[in-house]
Amino acid sequence: MISQSKSNSTAQPVIKCVSVCKIFGENANKLLKQSNGVIDAKTFQDAGCVVGVNNASFEVHKGEMLVVMGLSGSGKSTLLRCISRLADTTAGDIFIDGQDLLAMSSKQLIELRRNKMGMVFQNFALLPHKTVLENIAFPLQVKGYGTEDSIKRAVEMVELVGLNGRENYFPRELSGGQQQRVGIARSLAVEPDIWFLDEPFSALDPLIRKEMQDEFLRLQGVLNKTILFVTHDFNEALRLADRIAIMKDGVIEQLDTPANIVLNPATEYVRKFTKEVPREKVLKIESVMDPIEKITDFGSLKVSRNAIIETVAEAILTEQKNVAVVDDNGAVIGSIHASKIIQILFGNSDSFEQSK
Amino acid sequence: MNYIEKHPKLIQFIFLLVIFFTICFLVSPSETNILWRLPSLFAGVPLVINNFAEYLMYDWMLIEIYDPELEEYEDSALVKEITRSFSRSVLFCIEVIRDILLGGVKTIVAFTSWDFVKENQWAVWPALPWTLVASGVMLLGYALKGKGLALFAGFATVYIAVFGQWEPAMETLSFVLIAAPTSCLLGLLFGVLAYKNRTVEATLMPLLNIAQTMPHFSYLVPVMVFFGVGDHAGAIATIIFATPPMIRLTLLGLKGVAPEVVEAGMMNGCNNIQLMFKVLIPTARRDILIGINQVIMQCLAMAVIASFIGAKGLGFNLLLALNQLRIGQALELGICIVLIAVVLDKLSLAWANKQTDYFADLSFIQKHKYGFYFLALILFTIMCAYLGSIIFADGINYLYLIPHNRGITTELFWQSGVDWMVDNWYHGLQGFNTALIVKVLMPMKAAFLGMPVSATFVLMMGLGYIIGGTKSALTVGGFLLFIALTEWWDRALITAYMTTFGVIVSVIIGVTVGSLCAQTSFTSKAILLVCDTFQTFPSFIYLIPVIMLFGVTDTSVLIAVIVYSTIPATRYTVEGLRNVPQSLQDAGSMSGVNRMQRWLKIEMPLAFPHIMLGINQTVIFALFMVIIGAMIGTDDLGQYILKALSDKNGIGNGLMLGLCVAFIGLAVDHLIHTWADQRKLILGLK
Repeated sequence: MISQSKSNSTAQPVIKCVSVCKIFGENANKLLKQSNGVIDAKTFQDAGCVVGVNNASFEVHKGEMLVVMGLSGSGKSTLLRCISRLADTTAGDIFIDGQDLLAMSSKQLIELRRNKMGMVFQNFALLPHKTVLENIAFPLQVKGYGTEDSIKRAVEMVELVGLNGRENYFPRELSGGQQQRVGIARSLAVEPDIWFLDEPFSALDPLIRKEMQDEFLRLQGVLNKTILFVTHDFNEALRLADRIAIMKDGVIEQLDTPANIVLNPATEYVRKFTKEVPREKVLKIESVMDPIEKITDFGSLKVSRNAIIETVAEAILTEQKNVAVVDDNGAVIGSIHASKIIQILFGNSDSFEQSK
Repeated sequence: MNYIEKHPKLIQFIFLLVIFFTICFLVSPSETNILWRLPSLFAGVPLVINNFAEYLMYDWMLIEIYDPELEEYEDSALVKEITRSFSRSVLFCIEVIRDILLGGVKTIVAFTSWDFVKENQWAVWPALPWTLVASGVMLLGYALKGKGLALFAGFATVYIAVFGQWEPAMETLSFVLIAAPTSCLLGLLFGVLAYKNRTVEATLMPLLNIAQTMPHFSYLVPVMVFFGVGDHAGAIATIIFATPPMIRLTLLGLKGVAPEVVEAGMMNGCNNIQLMFKVLIPTARRDILIGINQVIMQCLAMAVIASFIGAKGLGFNLLLALNQLRIGQALELGICIVLIAVVLDKLSLAWANKQTDYFADLSFIQKHKYGFYFLALILFTIMCAYLGSIIFADGINYLYLIPHNRGITTELFWQSGVDWMVDNWYHGLQGFNTALIVKVLMPMKAAFLGMPVSATFVLMMGLGYIIGGTKSALTVGGFLLFIALTEWWDRALITAYMTTFGVIVSVIIGVTVGSLCAQTSFTSKAILLVCDTFQTFPSFIYLIPVIMLFGVTDTSVLIAVIVYSTIPATRYTVEGLRNVPQSLQDAGSMSGVNRMQRWLKIEMPLAFPHIMLGINQTVIFALFMVIIGAMIGTDDLGQYILKALSDKNGIGNGLMLGLCVAFIGLAVDHLIHTWADQRKLILGLK
């Protein structure tokens, strides 16, 4: 994973944010000039402004999924709206494939949205007067496709999200999960490169949410889009993300891979989230294995470095000797002992961090 | 003490009443006492308006116009020429539709000349056989919705034809078909503009408030002055009257669209036009459709009122029948108007809800089957008409056009019914009538008229202060001051007394019936359906049966007022009570409330703000009906508005009187809305 993002960093990032700020309020611009770029939330609040996003800088590379996680009011949706330009950015720069998003004319913006962007909304935002099929065909028709072409493509999308047989239903006749499938199909109809998802599963029941997350991972496996995913659910973020950005009061507190966030929380705020997280469900073997030099005596069991601990824990526990950790090619790169697994499964999380 | 501290407003209110009655007793009636009646400082304003209108119409911005008859240039006022050409184009549209439906030469004349038509006998546009129009409407109903609508449309058209009202009905239809779409488009346009631009919205809102509380009649005089008399004037007055609710509902609908849906539209790459027409307007469809329904209802309600300024058709005949007390005929005509209204409403609704089937693989003939059906209908009905001309060779060709009043009529039946009721119930009805007038209405009227102007101001402004603070007090005071400074304060008091009486009775009936019906979901659905049905009837329809029973008296007007304005009171009560959250109902059940306790302690307090909005509607409805009651004789503001119609210089009077009525309505509206909003905020319903 780490090597993957390294190899990408040489290529142009798909989304690049440089010191993005979004401040709500009438005299935001005036205040911003006075503050010389250093934004103190309190000064702005006293002047009747609200800081939505404060100095956010990051890059998202092709095929990567960045999950922006934060509680309500943390500015995560605002950040997404800045990058999709649904909200105007107060200061900073945003580049999409190297193009300056904020400098685009409304015509260029429409072209960009028609061809490169897709978005899924928390409350589905389906058009109530259109059927499933018409909703999915809508972005194509807006783009200028004829009825026949757009409907043909919409039928393919219906199949992709598994809504066969419900083509002529109206949104009000569907369950929440089904409505969000329509929302997903609609956002993918134009084959966008960049996929924005704004708390897509938050309005769904827990069981359906799990099902939709699986479905989402399946789709991403097939489509490999560049994704910006917003959620308030830390576990969802851990489950889906390549990298997670945790936001609080408009500031990105930490931006890292799920494993690194769990192992090395950067701030006290992040630690609060990671405390409750079952490590065995998040961490991969490679992040807890011992270096290879120490031990030479291996048992017959071998585990992949990319395996989630939970999935191999039982096998390792039954093994008396050290277990070899292998990479994709089968070469041994480290070892792990049952005692370490027991420590992870039953130990105190604080002591675990210290032991590292 | 504790109780008083808890309810400071109650103390204020009692204090206010004490002052009010003290003033009432202390101020003696006299012409010169300024506390009794304010001097009519605005008495000269109507004249100024009249002069201004005249100047605008005849002297302002003279331009040279070529007169083809005199073959020379003439000076004419710009405004006059603009309104005249506007009138002509509206009239032309109406006449084209009328010629298509009923036949005639006017369209041909418009393109050639009267001489051409006289010389060429063949140059007459033939009327469509009524059978074709009827079956065409049925086909349209079938294509849009299905068998039910087709049957209903068929029933309506056949009823109109059989009762011999085909010609006036088509005349009415021809101006409704111009006025309704124009109103809808204008309403949509202004609604969209107001949505896009806050300044437009801020300017439009007070205008809409006034426009929607001005009585129908007061639009007629200015229209008459600027556009003359005739069908086009009727259509223009109708458009002016029917557009405001459409604007308001469009704006309401657009504002109600979830921001996410707008964002979804933008992210799908809609440009501004696509966003408006493919996302915003269709999503706001529910409210916009209510708007269209309102427009159609207003158009047909205006059908009668527009006949005062020369619109032909059912309304004109109905007015005539009412004036001659021909109840049976009025009833038949009223039903015709209601039927047209309902058919148009259902057709427009079905059209808006129509779905497309993308999977049907249709051949050319299947795709255009309704077109072929229609062609077949044309051939068939023309053959029928031809056959008819042979069968009824001597008399009227019933298969082509049934002339006015040559159909069957049930007038004799109704008339004998009325006669029977007068014979048998005369003493009972008359006794009730006299008792009501002598014991209740006269004292009430005297009490209202005996109220010094200062007392009225103290009461209303005090209420405003208690409810909404200084701002509300000043708003209400401003509305009242305008009325007090005109010369019609006494008339306004009479209007207020009739409205008050109507509202009190309506609210008692409405809240009682509503509360009872809200007890079960079946009865509440049933009563809402009844309310829907009654609301479909144009307002003056209610006058017909009451005249039948009580003749031309204040009682008739008041009963019509009560029937008409009980509808909103009932509807809002049911809605308010049914919308009490289920969790609260459950909480009540678990505390072991009985029915009465549930109603008093849980449902009523929560539903009360909504019911108050219903009462607000009741006040506006009652006010309108009182003014319309002028048609059968009252002595309030409405009568003076009606008089202004026949006055050459009526425009000033008509406008001022209309404003008086509007301001009464707006003052009450302001008080109730402010109160209900605060209450909802406290209850956390907003």
